[in-house]
Amino acid sequence: MLETGLVSKAIDVEEIRKDFPILKRKVHDKRLVYLDNAATSQKPKQVIDTLIDYYSNYNSNIHRSVHQLAEEATQAFEAAREKTRAFINASKTDEVIFTQGTTEGLNFAASSLVSKYVKKTDSIVVTEMEHHSNFVPWQQAAKRAGAYFEIVSVDDEGFLDFSDLDNKLKGAKIFAFSESSNVLGSNLDAKELTKRAHENGALVVVDGAQSAPHMPVDVQNMDCDMFAFSSHKMLGPTGVGCLYGKRDLLASIPPFLYGGDMIKEVHRKETNWNDLPWKFEAGTSNIADVIGLGSAIDYLKRMGMSNIRRHETEICRAALEELAKFPDVEVYGPKVAENRSAAISFNVAKIHPHDVASILDEEGVAIRSGHHCAQVLMERLGVSATARASFYLYNGYDDLEALIEGLKKVRQVFQ
Amino acid sequence: MSADIYKEIILDYYKNPRNKGTLESPDVSVRDSNPLCGDVIEMQMKFEGDKLREIKFNGDGCAISQASASILTEMVSGKTIEEARSLDKSALLENLGSPNLGPVRIKCALLSLKVMKMGIYQHLGGSDATPSPEDLASSR
Ligand SMILES: Cc1ncc(COP(=O)(O)O)c(C=O)c1O
Repeated sequence: MLETGLVSKAIDVEEIRKDFPILKRKVHDKRLVYLDNAATSQKPKQVIDTLIDYYSNYNSNIHRSVHQLAEEATQAFEAAREKTRAFINASKTDEVIFTQGTTEGLNFAASSLVSKYVKKTDSIVVTEMEHHSNFVPWQQAAKRAGAYFEIVSVDDEGFLDFSDLDNKLKGAKIFAFSESSNVLGSNLDAKELTKRAHENGALVVVDGAQSAPHMPVDVQNMDCDMFAFSSHKMLGPTGVGCLYGKRDLLASIPPFLYGGDMIKEVHRKETNWNDLPWKFEAGTSNIADVIGLGSAIDYLKRMGMSNIRRHETEICRAALEELAKFPDVEVYGPKVAENRSAAISFNVAKIHPHDVASILDEEGVAIRSGHHCAQVLMERLGVSATARASFYLYNGYDDLEALIEGLKKVRQVFQ
Repeated sequence: MSADIYKEIILDYYKNPRNKGTLESPDVSVRDSNPLCGDVIEMQMKFEGDKLREIKFNGDGCAISQASASILTEMVSGKTIEEARSLDKSALLENLGSPNLGPVRIKCALLSLKVMKMGIYQHLGGSDATPSPEDLASSR
């Protein structure tokens, strides 16, 4: 039995919850216990208020008109870019490109990098545990280029098989991997992997969808060439993300989309591209939500990414201990909290994860079930689906307790 | 004390499925999956004149999808092809004891109906055999 009244040492969960209006609601007459953060996080009122403020007070298009509203909107938009730069410690603000999210960023990266740097019979390398959005774009781009598409094996704990990796990196042009697995929760050493890829002359693209929200990120220290993440998994609005790229690399590749705002001069036969980063931001951007992302970053910064990481590691350790007490529950991924995120996939013997999730839902506990957009990994694990509970800064020990009690209920229903 | 959508009937059919297995030399064999949750249902059928004489299913997935397949096979076995083809989803949901499933779980419940109708249309063959979205229970 989990000790009652445990509180996190790193984060004041009770205080933080006051900022999240949705956490006050009831689900099936129970307190909402939101453990589906790897799918999307909840939003604090600071972020919600930022959106309301934008639409109520200075809604305008950016980079175009010269009136007051346009000035204010442009300034707030570009301020969000600077906040985003600082958040991942990029060296220059113009290395931060706003996208619709990780998926769009990775698609852009795949099509632009492959068209410029990958020739027939070259190879592109990904891993077995990629989310479909860091798998399918590379697979399809490789097909178009006539290049080989190599998949690095994952061991039982959710880490890369290094001998397989080193083999496949030989002669590779691009290596794309996620820093933190959305299914297994394994956190990879992105700096070390980048170094190995660079030694082989490969460009490195990192899917940061599950790492950026939960741990400090430093793209200069990591030395990756591109890094993609989504606002909605880190307290920000949906529909916005960031693709970071090293300046020289961004300068060398063609634009992703053509249209307004991304041009400098258009003539009948020729067009010159705008400077970075606007070369990659065609059309009217998702202005409100970019500014909202800036507000989410302010919030995270105030809490401190290291504190968030410490808090989640603490909860994760307790969760692994509690889940281990169920003989019929199998937990996937690393067994040690320090090596992983607090996105914990598991299965209950003989009960489909959908049924697990539905019964937990009736207890107010929201988790994910399914293949998590990682069918290649599911095949590797030999399962068709898993249940996944994923924690964030507003989840405390009481949420873990609700999960554990809910799992007991699941067994009762199905016994 | 079972959770609300897990009616006795669903748990019963899930734990003791009727008509689960394969037929020897079936006339048609059909399979489909639900891309969202990975539920898989396979069905095999034997026809005699205008009757669906025998139907069996196999599959993998949640209790709702598997119980639904089992209940459906009982509902249509021995019925006319036309009765099976025109079976409405509400009848199946009624028999599952869950007429009010939400938009996500209803896909689990209706996968079997879609597969059964695919099988009927495959048997009917010909150019007018393309099922309409309603006939396929439009479960997506
Ligand atoms: C590891 C990983 N990569 C990429 C994505 C895609 O992110 P988005 O849907 O925000 O584009 C996700 C989100 O589920 C993810 O977990």
